[in-house]
Amino acid sequence: MTSDVIPRAPAAGAPETRRLKGRGTPLRERFFHLSLLASLAVGVIFLVALLAYVVVEGWPRLDSRIWSNFPDIINPANAGAQSAIMGTIWIIGFTALYCLPTGILTAIYLEEYADPLRWYNRAIEINIQNLAAVPSIVYGILGLGIISRGLGFGQTVMTAALTLSLLVLPIVIISSREAIRAVPRSIRDASLALGATQWQTVRRQVLPAAVPGMATGAILALSRAIGEAAPLLLLGGLTFITFNPTGAQSAFTVLPIQIFNWISQSRAEFTALASAAIVVLLVILLAMNSLAIWLRNRYARRW
Amino acid sequence: MTSPSDAPGGTKTPQVAFRDARTLADPVFEVGGLSVFYGDHEAVRDVNMTIGRQQITAMIGPSGCGKSTVIRCFNRMNDLIPTARVAGKISYHDEDLYGREVDPIEVRRRIGMVFQKPNPFPKSIYDNIAYGPRVSGFKGNLDDLVEETLTHAALWDEVKDKLKTSALSLSGGQQQRLCIARTIAVEPEVILMDEPCSALDPIATAKIEDLMERLSREFTIIVVTHNMQQAARVSHRTAFFTADVDDKGERHGRLVEYDETIRIFEHPADQRTEDYISGRFG
Repeated sequence: MTSDVIPRAPAAGAPETRRLKGRGTPLRERFFHLSLLASLAVGVIFLVALLAYVVVEGWPRLDSRIWSNFPDIINPANAGAQSAIMGTIWIIGFTALYCLPTGILTAIYLEEYADPLRWYNRAIEINIQNLAAVPSIVYGILGLGIISRGLGFGQTVMTAALTLSLLVLPIVIISSREAIRAVPRSIRDASLALGATQWQTVRRQVLPAAVPGMATGAILALSRAIGEAAPLLLLGGLTFITFNPTGAQSAFTVLPIQIFNWISQSRAEFTALASAAIVVLLVILLAMNSLAIWLRNRYARRW
Repeated sequence: MTSPSDAPGGTKTPQVAFRDARTLADPVFEVGGLSVFYGDHEAVRDVNMTIGRQQITAMIGPSGCGKSTVIRCFNRMNDLIPTARVAGKISYHDEDLYGREVDPIEVRRRIGMVFQKPNPFPKSIYDNIAYGPRVSGFKGNLDDLVEETLTHAALWDEVKDKLKTSALSLSGGQQQRLCIARTIAVEPEVILMDEPCSALDPIATAKIEDLMERLSREFTIIVVTHNMQQAARVSHRTAFFTADVDDKGERHGRLVEYDETIRIFEHPADQRTEDYISGRFG
């Protein structure tokens, strides 16, 4: 009978009372902790330094001229980046219009409909993973060859937006898939067991639950697109444009190209102008990220 | 000091008021030679049973004996597993459930399912109940339907003041009863329950069992359970499953014995059933 009882007394030879006082944090723990902080510091310090440098450099030109004036090669005091800002907004708008529906629908197919045992679905999957790693300049060449010349869209906002869409499509697909996959299987089962069709289940349960994750992925993808200069240079994003785009058929320039142009000028005023334009670009990025966070919270609060 | 009866392995079935089995003359399901494969693996082998109308059929057995696999065949939830394949026949009112022209969506509207873990939608209590009717194109008054359904599921008094709050704010037991209510909102004939109480405490379990008993007057219920006491308490008929291990170490579930609950628990015909319910194994 006594064998049933869990022994309470300590085994022979053990000290009678356990000591509660530790011997201090072990050296290894501390070292690990420090290396975590050090890694964090690298990112934060560089980011802060970059921001500070850009703001200080651009300060004299951070006024309304940056968005109210057009580029001026003769007189830097008159120059602004309105055409580039508007170009960026137009192109990002069209890029979102093209790549978000395509990417999200692809993700839904791959996650909800594709049979993972079929070889072609696996091939598509591997392809998408690889596409995400292709250098952006290659997309520029693709855009130039196929969209601009082949399809005859020319050097327009449309061509630029389509090319950037292709560039960020894998990011949209991968992040949307992750958001969809994060929706628990039990929610799908519950919906299907109530007699919902697969489309009803996707539309009413999976997508609403995945929206926060998809919004974050979409913004990340568009943030990548907004900073791209290389493919657009190939596509004939001009460095000197003194009018705003008026539609998908317009010629265009974007902020990264404008910045690149100003930095390569020899006069110091233009360098300041470039810094000011970088600040504007960062502000747009921040605004987009805030939108993503707002969207995420809005949808998350519903439940 | 523990008393001998508390020691593991010595559990004895206490006196239970068994429910009288009802007739099988008007069967809902007739299962003939049912086998389920996952890829090449035969998870369940040759199950034959008849499920009667408006009674509770319990499926018991050790883990991995295929009882959950079998219950998921009744509303074609196994279709959702890409590698799963069903052989043999399940008739639902003399109609082949796996017939070529059968639409699984229609099957699931008549044969609802409650899962192991409460899985309310991350929506309001109201929307959880209204979901099934909405997706099947319900045209009547939803407010009335929601109230009726919740009353039916004995949940109305607890939630009537917070219909618009999230279902996730309910306790686990309430969530599970909400899931049952959600299932009956589409007025199915059969409710499948896959270990509905395994995530709940005894009080919540008792409430679910009360509910099952009440619902069995109108619905046909099949319940998979790990809890033999639960099977003894609520079911009219009990099916005992076990798993055979073959030479390659693979487990194949099979139905050992299926009879009135009182017979399974008091005079089992098979030694393995006897061993299982008396706690000698499993």
